[in-house]
Amino acid sequence: MAPRFTASHAELDGAAVERAACDAATAPVGATVTFKGIVRGANQGRRVVRLEYEGYETMIARVFARIAEEIDAHWPGTSSAIHHRLGTLRPGDVSVVIVTASAHRAAAYAANRYAIERVKQIAPVWKHEHFEDGDVWVEGAVAGEDDEAARLKALEIACA
Amino acid sequence: MRVTVKLFARLREIAGGDTLERDVPAGATVADVWRALVAEWPTLVAFDTTVSGAVNAEYAPMSRTVAEGDEVAFLPPVSGG
Repeated sequence: MAPRFTASHAELDGAAVERAACDAATAPVGATVTFKGIVRGANQGRRVVRLEYEGYETMIARVFARIAEEIDAHWPGTSSAIHHRLGTLRPGDVSVVIVTASAHRAAAYAANRYAIERVKQIAPVWKHEHFEDGDVWVEGAVAGEDDEAARLKALEIACA
Repeated sequence: MRVTVKLFARLREIAGGDTLERDVPAGATVADVWRALVAEWPTLVAFDTTVSGAVNAEYAPMSRTVAEGDEVAFLPPVSGG
């Protein structure tokens, strides 16, 4: 059975993520939604040569499982699977795949948006952008899964 | 007692390594471990208000007491996705 929550240095396989989400479903699946994050060729006007993704590998799967639990609590019967890529990525490469599976499309879409917002808030992953003329560590959200305000913000975005 | 310290991204670069072993007094908290690191590498102070802690690969408040053999990780602001 495909793992539901992983971080991997290998190329991501969207079909495997979808299978994992569907295998975890507890109700008949009527819709799946797939999100793929793609490395942009330019960011803030600078051409990106490559990204280096670093992760706290033993913690990532736990955090993804936590996000899936939050999804199941808010959209009962909606299952999800999240795979994140680590290591060196180049423009066009897939950095993350999230699949949500539900009986109906509304929950699958909303839960998927929620999942990527939560990944950006709490997944222990760091992006080091390398441009033609320099590099920068991207510092996004201050991490903490018990930050209720952040969780509600993700929920608000997902349900907008 | 001894704990393993894990550092990531900019924190790892500042300290020049991703895994350290440190002796801390009994009753030490995650915050105490962090303060000891800042004493060693003063530029870490820039992360004082934005760093998050984890103990044994789970988020933990800075007030959490650490135990012998724990893996104490410090996470700068994250940027996955």
